[in-house]
Amino acid sequence: MAETSRGLMLEEPLIFEQDSPGLCGVDLPEPPLVIDRLGGLERQEAIGLPGLSEPAVVRHYTRLSQKNVGIDSVFYPLGSCTMKHNPRINEKLARLPGLADIHPFQPASTVQGALELIDLTAHWLKTLTGMPAIAMSPAAGAHGEFCGLMTIRAALEDRREKRLRILVPESAHGTNPASAAACGFTVDPIPATARGRVDLAAMKAKLGGDVAGLMLTNPNTCGLFEDEILEIAEAVHQAGGYFYCDGANYNAIVGRVRVADLGVDVMHINLHKTFSTPHGGGGPGAGPTVLSAALAPFAPLPAVVHDDRGFRLVEHAAQSGAKPCGRLKGYHGQFGVFVRALAYMMSMGADGLRQASSDAVLSANYLLAELASELTPSFAGPCMHEALFDDRFLKDTGVTTLDFAKAMIDEGFHPMTMYFPLVVHGALLMEPTETESKDTLDRFIASLRGLARRAKGGAAASFKAAPVHTPRRRLDETAAARTPVLRWRR
Amino acid sequence: MRYLPLTEADRQAMLAAIGVVGVDDLFKDVPVPARRDAPVDLPFHAGEMAVEHRLTALAQKNLSAGCAPFFIGAGVYRHHIPAAVDALIQRGEFLTSYTPYQPEVSQGTLQYLFEFQSQVALLTGMDVANASMYDGATATAEAAAMACRVTKRAHILLSGDLHPHYRSVTATALQYSGLDVEALPPDPLGSEDLIGRIGPDTACVVVQNPGFFGRLRDATALAAACHAAGALLVMAVAEPVSLGLVKAPGDMDADIVVAEGQSIGNPMAFGGPGLGLFATRDKYVRQMPGRLVGQTVDGDGRRGWVLTLSTREQHIRREKATSNICTNSGLCALAFTIHLSLLGEAGFRRLARLNHAHAVMLAEKLAPLKGVRLLSQTFFNEFAVALPKSAAEVVEALARRGVLGGVPVSRFYPSYPELDGVLLLAATETTAEADMDALADALREVL
Repeated sequence: MAETSRGLMLEEPLIFEQDSPGLCGVDLPEPPLVIDRLGGLERQEAIGLPGLSEPAVVRHYTRLSQKNVGIDSVFYPLGSCTMKHNPRINEKLARLPGLADIHPFQPASTVQGALELIDLTAHWLKTLTGMPAIAMSPAAGAHGEFCGLMTIRAALEDRREKRLRILVPESAHGTNPASAAACGFTVDPIPATARGRVDLAAMKAKLGGDVAGLMLTNPNTCGLFEDEILEIAEAVHQAGGYFYCDGANYNAIVGRVRVADLGVDVMHINLHKTFSTPHGGGGPGAGPTVLSAALAPFAPLPAVVHDDRGFRLVEHAAQSGAKPCGRLKGYHGQFGVFVRALAYMMSMGADGLRQASSDAVLSANYLLAELASELTPSFAGPCMHEALFDDRFLKDTGVTTLDFAKAMIDEGFHPMTMYFPLVVHGALLMEPTETESKDTLDRFIASLRGLARRAKGGAAASFKAAPVHTPRRRLDETAAARTPVLRWRR
Repeated sequence: MRYLPLTEADRQAMLAAIGVVGVDDLFKDVPVPARRDAPVDLPFHAGEMAVEHRLTALAQKNLSAGCAPFFIGAGVYRHHIPAAVDALIQRGEFLTSYTPYQPEVSQGTLQYLFEFQSQVALLTGMDVANASMYDGATATAEAAAMACRVTKRAHILLSGDLHPHYRSVTATALQYSGLDVEALPPDPLGSEDLIGRIGPDTACVVVQNPGFFGRLRDATALAAACHAAGALLVMAVAEPVSLGLVKAPGDMDADIVVAEGQSIGNPMAFGGPGLGLFATRDKYVRQMPGRLVGQTVDGDGRRGWVLTLSTREQHIRREKATSNICTNSGLCALAFTIHLSLLGEAGFRRLARLNHAHAVMLAEKLAPLKGVRLLSQTFFNEFAVALPKSAAEVVEALARRGVLGGVPVSRFYPSYPELDGVLLLAATETTAEADMDALADALREVL
């Protein structure tokens, strides 16, 4: 590509376009001569990897990084993702050789510290939620959902009951119905009330002997606490079902709400949201899943147990004394993520975690209150840790939620989550988290008020043109999907 | 509390702006019985020094691989990671960003994922690869489910030489999907007959290369048999460094290739996080799970990258999506792609040859020992040996001598007494000849 860099507006070719054949950024010794044991299966053709020196590689990725924003560089109020500060002590500790350079199949006697660390992380999560059991292996939120639904399915099989219908609110994240379908359930959507919460009467009407349970995000995706949650849980239990709580929004209530007292049977926790492990451009995450006593026997393996000889792993059903639903992931879970989450929990402590939730909720309510004059809140507050607006304030302006988001980029912010949840029109879901200063929130409020006024003042064309202060203008997603180019070819 | 920037004055001003007296008023929707009025019974906040002290103490209770002669593999491999890899993935613009939903401010993530997809496609010899899955095991389950969608069939045949965790994760994940997962018994000698078990309802055969027990296989004939029967061949690669030396799955006509990418650029970290690689043929791309990055142009006609073909995914299709996956392994993919870029064609080839040469050296040092019988006639960097006594006990005895001497197969297959004496041993570029001699000496004492 013939684009030219200008100052900090960097153009960076693909790594494949920087090939100096034969160059190598790693000096390796010449392999000793041996008679190979490949049985004639040697790879013959060139693979096609480009050759570069170490400085060229370092420059390439450094320049790529400069085309990104992260929490480190901007306010990133991406609703439902909890983009909070990622402490660097967590990174430092995860790299200790005693935690990073250990193998999952070392004899238990040589990894007592690692097993204790998993157990300790589990202890914190169980104590915070008040739940008696936990499955540590799920790799992310959706995987935790899958784990929870799998335990429900296993418990129902154990009860010899054929219940295949799962109730899921229309406002749920797309992973909820997708996870339910992957467990062989059929998804029955339940509507929301005008208050943005589960329609209790409508839900009760859908309960029956074929209902396996309810998947409910709480606080919900509209940023609200389900204030009838005790009645909801009781109705589900009375009908013989289980209550799955999607813990994506757990950051709002850590240390302030005892999950066990909400009637929850199972809830996943996104360590990469609530417990500050880095989102890494799309993972890795971790989704440990807390379980009630009723579902605990069906938790997947492995499990860490402790006895008079120390810590050990239970890796097979026959050794477990329970009825595990199987194995959901290779090895023992996202250990490196556990290290970071535990370092964070220890840093914050019981008092700090409670303060964090309080500040996250306070900050979201501050946005809701201060933006209400120019934007249109979808529901009356108080909200929890997210403030939800819809696009009524943009009516007849010619500006869409997408345009508004792109204009926010030019104001120096990462946009909020757009068009989710689906239950309000043109949703703008903002999650400030507890790690932003009031000064940042005030600048954000001023910017958004200004944008809203500009939109109402007939400046649609400038919104359509946004963003302009970015390495690329708006990208043609339709063309990308119509003629997919998914890899480099020579 | 160093991560919380609000001052008490800020909080009061914000509460006043909201129009409430205290923060408790914001939690009024929480039913009273579920509220906590005081912090839970856990330690209070701690400074960096205290946290570092506590976790360092835990780390010191582990024997790290660098402190012992080390020969463990079985799907997680210890390789040297160049310092530049870790320095670059810790750049905040990469580390603290999320899924590139807003492409104009995420071109860095999108471009490296496009490069990653291209590298994975080249390595596996396939047309197209996605932007990563959780790990090799979950990727295998996803591949089997995808093969059933493509063929509209339900029978999945898992080789006995497939990693036991890939087998159990696949069986678990699909147990309620109405599909029929048939896992053949563990196959240390390569004697199973896969072709003979392909039936009219077989959606796919899943094999691993190099096999879990080390053996290399040419799957070309198996692929032909699958295709003749209308089934797909899924190939798993648990050690992708092998692709620098061993014939690629794409060159054996595989239809879907899954792999564990940890061994390129990522630490072992007690087995997680891993990096699931997933590649297939162009014609199946719309049945693929996971995120895909595609090339396009911006409003000024300049080349750029976006997430694409998202109508396969849960946020659009909900219960009809090809997978429920959302967050995947972005940062591990970045480490993989940087390491591979540093190596380049020449370095990657040499790394693979070094691994193989070290494993051959190890086999040659161990094979003459009394009681040791090499089970794998072909292998890449890991092989199985049969011992005259319990391999689990041998490994414990080696550990007492400070040697991390492989993985006893009984750890995976406790109900197969005939495998009690089988030990898996791996060598990589990090394995020094002195370590091999230490293992041989220790084995001589233990056997």
